[in-house]
Amino acid sequence: MSTEVAEVVEKKSEPLFSKKNRKLITNPLDIDNPVTVQVLGICSALAVTTQMKPAFVMAIALTVVTASSNFIISIMRNSIPGRIRIIVQLAVVSLWVIMVDQLLKAYVYDVWKQLSVFIGLIITNCIVMGRLEAYAMGNKPGPSLLDGLGNGFGYGLILLIVAFFRELLGGGSIFGFKVFEAMGLNYTGNGLMLLPAGACVIVGVVIWVQRSINGYRESH
Amino acid sequence: MKFLRNQLDKVKHSFEKGGKLEKYFYAYEAIDTFLFAPNTTNDVKGAQIRDAVDLKRLMMTVIIAMVPCLLFGIYNVGHQHFLAIGQPGAAFGDKIVIGLWQVLPVVVVSYGVGLGIEFVFSILRKHPVNEGFLVTGMLIPLVMPPDIPLWQVGVATAFAVIIGKEAFGGTGMNVVNVALTARAFLYFAYPTDISGDVWTYLGDAQAVAGFSGATPLSVAGDAISTGENVVASLNTFGAGWNEGVFTLQNLFLGLRPGSIGETSTLMCLVGAFILIVTGTGSWKIMVSVFGGAYVMGLLLNLVGSNVYTQMPAYYHLVFGGLAFGAVFMATDPVTAAQTETGKWVYGILIGVLTVLIRVFNPAYPEGIMLAILFMNVFAPLIDYFVVSANKKRRLQRATV
Repeated sequence: MSTEVAEVVEKKSEPLFSKKNRKLITNPLDIDNPVTVQVLGICSALAVTTQMKPAFVMAIALTVVTASSNFIISIMRNSIPGRIRIIVQLAVVSLWVIMVDQLLKAYVYDVWKQLSVFIGLIITNCIVMGRLEAYAMGNKPGPSLLDGLGNGFGYGLILLIVAFFRELLGGGSIFGFKVFEAMGLNYTGNGLMLLPAGACVIVGVVIWVQRSINGYRESH
Repeated sequence: MKFLRNQLDKVKHSFEKGGKLEKYFYAYEAIDTFLFAPNTTNDVKGAQIRDAVDLKRLMMTVIIAMVPCLLFGIYNVGHQHFLAIGQPGAAFGDKIVIGLWQVLPVVVVSYGVGLGIEFVFSILRKHPVNEGFLVTGMLIPLVMPPDIPLWQVGVATAFAVIIGKEAFGGTGMNVVNVALTARAFLYFAYPTDISGDVWTYLGDAQAVAGFSGATPLSVAGDAISTGENVVASLNTFGAGWNEGVFTLQNLFLGLRPGSIGETSTLMCLVGAFILIVTGTGSWKIMVSVFGGAYVMGLLLNLVGSNVYTQMPAYYHLVFGGLAFGAVFMATDPVTAAQTETGKWVYGILIGVLTVLIRVFNPAYPEGIMLAILFMNVFAPLIDYFVVSANKKRRLQRATV
């Protein structure tokens, strides 16, 4: 009588910062950018970028929400019934959004007032929902967390670039510091940059520059 | 001419393949074909084109059509200047000098910046220099106020050429009219320099007593709140320093403040005549813009809720820049509707929208710029519906 020993293949656990996982952070910065390539989250990118400070706060808020919702949903992913997954995701996202909202209200009240509804609207932000559906529902918590962070950074990067040009050209300042006045120049603010249309133009130029550098083409 | 030809031929070899300035071949070619009709001919087989009217010469026709507006504009800038400073008796020559002094730099900046960008892009993208800017470069100065700061003209031209045209692929690919993009850019970026009381060049001189920089459009707009009859307030405007400046006859002739080239409806009609006779511009678009504005004016007369809507409809045709926009901007073959039925729809909607914006939106006294830009965006959609309606009609007729 032979004894059959069931072979147990031990799955090697992947280190958190393996090459594949590092890609989760770096890809959304350039070739898989949520704003300029996937064209998600445009609404808030146009609305909160008149100045750098609110854009910066918004970027942090969205990064925190995306990363932590990704993490929680990834832990819960095997016990969420498929048919009601969206509402479960929404519940988790709104939990984090409310916490971020309260924190901002407590510590940076003036910026919170400037951002107004856009913090609350993170709940419906396509980037958050998109990452939950596309990544967190099918991957482990560790990589999901990194994916959320990466996409938050990608979004924040574009937000800061757009806000930099809008604040510099529109008001002649950076983070509220009057650059041209400090150099002794008299700068006339460009009113177009303060309108959402100006932000749209700048996002377009960012996409133009990005695509001529990395050669990305949409596949049809 | 022979001398020019010889000079061009002499330097030609260094621009051709293998020459040391090979990179700049398209810059050379642009100058060559601008000065002389290209001597290339078609193959023996295939389509034969026997006419020397290529895109460059077509564009020159439009520029020639704009010359009356430009010359009149130069005179008018000087004329308005001397009226505003209280010297109605100034000599004709002085008026021309002041006008040239104000207008020429704007033209030079517009062409300099625009052509510079065109040349850079043609060398970078290795394509022949596009002719499109020849017309745009003249349109931009004509829709500017006389004392617009020159750096703003430069910035607006650069914005319009790069964002309005090159981003979409260059001449013939732009969605909206490039010259109007430049003006819209200034309108939203630096509103204080292109709206309000900027339509008369004063210089350092003191304005005459009673001077007002208002335009007929703003006079009509203000009449809403005072409830005074629009025609009456136009006729009495300028009493004491510029008598009768806004009478119907003078509005038509164009000796009034406004953008450099837009003031004279008469000169625009001369331009329209040149465009139509040479077959360059579409008469359908011009007629339908005027028609749309007039019909909308009549409809508003029926509503008649305030003094502006009660104003005789024909006043809308001689106001502001409607004539200039209808003749030179709306007919831009790139951005207008392409189908013949589409041109009627496109033109009529421009006219209707212009009057609607003028009368009902106090933030924008003039509506032609926004109306044309708006309909530029809709032109492909209009064409699409015309084409599919045509398809449907022909399918019904078809017997299988």
